[in-house]
Amino acid sequence: MMHEFETLVVGGGPAGIAAAVCAAEHGVRVGLIDDNPSAGGQIWRGSAKGTDNSHRDSATGWQHRLNNPRITQLQGWSVFEQASSGSLRAEHNSSSADLRFEKLILATGARERFLPFPGWTLPNVVGVGAIQAMVKAGLPVHGKRVVIAGSGPLLLAVAAFLKSAGAKVVCVCEQASASQLLPFAIGLVKTPGKIIEGVRYKAATLDVPFHTSAWPVEALGDRKLNAVILSVHGKTKTLHCDYLACGFHLVPNTELAALVGCELSNGAVVVDEWQQTSVSNIYCAGEPTGIGGVELSLTEGQIAGLVVAGQKEKAHTLFGQRKQFTRFAAGLAQAFALRSELKALPTETTLICRCEDVAYGAVRQHHSWRAAKLHTRCGMGPCQGRICGTATEYLLGWNAGSVRPPIFPALVSGLASHPEPEFQKTEGD
Amino acid sequence: MPESIVVRMNGMPLTVPARCSVAAAISIADLTCRTSVTGEERGPLCAMGICFECRATVNGMEHTRTCQLLCEPAMDIRTS
Repeated sequence: MMHEFETLVVGGGPAGIAAAVCAAEHGVRVGLIDDNPSAGGQIWRGSAKGTDNSHRDSATGWQHRLNNPRITQLQGWSVFEQASSGSLRAEHNSSSADLRFEKLILATGARERFLPFPGWTLPNVVGVGAIQAMVKAGLPVHGKRVVIAGSGPLLLAVAAFLKSAGAKVVCVCEQASASQLLPFAIGLVKTPGKIIEGVRYKAATLDVPFHTSAWPVEALGDRKLNAVILSVHGKTKTLHCDYLACGFHLVPNTELAALVGCELSNGAVVVDEWQQTSVSNIYCAGEPTGIGGVELSLTEGQIAGLVVAGQKEKAHTLFGQRKQFTRFAAGLAQAFALRSELKALPTETTLICRCEDVAYGAVRQHHSWRAAKLHTRCGMGPCQGRICGTATEYLLGWNAGSVRPPIFPALVSGLASHPEPEFQKTEGD
Repeated sequence: MPESIVVRMNGMPLTVPARCSVAAAISIADLTCRTSVTGEERGPLCAMGICFECRATVNGMEHTRTCQLLCEPAMDIRTS
């Protein structure tokens, strides 16, 4: 099967939705492809259905504008390779299709950074965003004891969400120190010195202890998590819990951008002021250009959508807003920078690669990501190094950036298929 | 839309909320998704289709990412 669009947007989170909407509202026929069951990305997951109130107003407004006859939504589709220049191949329910485009907007979002520590592979050690997504997808947590640990603004947001879902949030552990968080807070609330109090206050109103300079040392349990050992200001303590939600801020999803030849720098996609990548008909918006949060994603998405529609003047009016949110993003990165103590968490026997079960002791004998892959199979499993590559970038300073198709495991039938030369008419034709 | 649906979990009927992910259904059944190459039990880590820890067999299709898939009535789910 083949679809053809003037502009194809990959990723249905805030950036992708804003891009698709702005392009379509200026006459462009848009395809919006996303691998989740419904649009909204991770942050707006479930917000239209009333399972999360925090972003409902903004999310509802944008999702309403998605109901545009010029937008064809392909939900539950995963892009896995570039069929040819100007065409991506995607899989859905065991069938594949080629998606042809004149212009491409990449809005592939971010993922959580996971760092290995003893016991992190036990069932019920999950991501911070992950446990929120799972609860929205039906996981019952009422009465469950949850420890939240890691880094980033998501920790407290998820604590509040889990409390509202009836969970007992035992504590929240932020690896950053209070002094590291301070400058960020100043920029954030424009009330110098108030951020820590603000955060503590928020935690207190949640009735949840909030610790800075705190992180998980070991997850304990026999076949399933039942406790976690934490380091809090240099002292260890053991807490019983049903879930450990642990994620160390976010990293951009850049695999597709790399596959189609876009230049990357410091783990993010390089774009110019019009959100254009190093490839002339490919644009990028949102977290893949650098972690910046939902407002920056929406702004970049709007700019990209307007630019592909030839509306550069309108796009230019958003530059000031983008600059402001970019400054916020820089503060975010500084405030939640990872401390070096976390590099000492994995032991020789801690698994680094969860797909191929490769231990840290085996991985660290090698001098590069490529050598470790060849000799240990680290990064050779189905996640293709998305988890362990990110971890070794931090632990060992390796560059795990190389990608090759398919960027997600795909059925042989899809890889081998030659799409039929007929066109499927898209809505709005 | 009904408020709950019935799937088959390792051959046994299991009632889950409508629009429940298969990964959540596996948790509701107090099971884990898969067994790793060295025999460890594993459950979901990322819940957004990245990590592949939540793989199970769904309607005969092995290695299905269960966090990205919603339950459907009579769906056949098998963990290992």
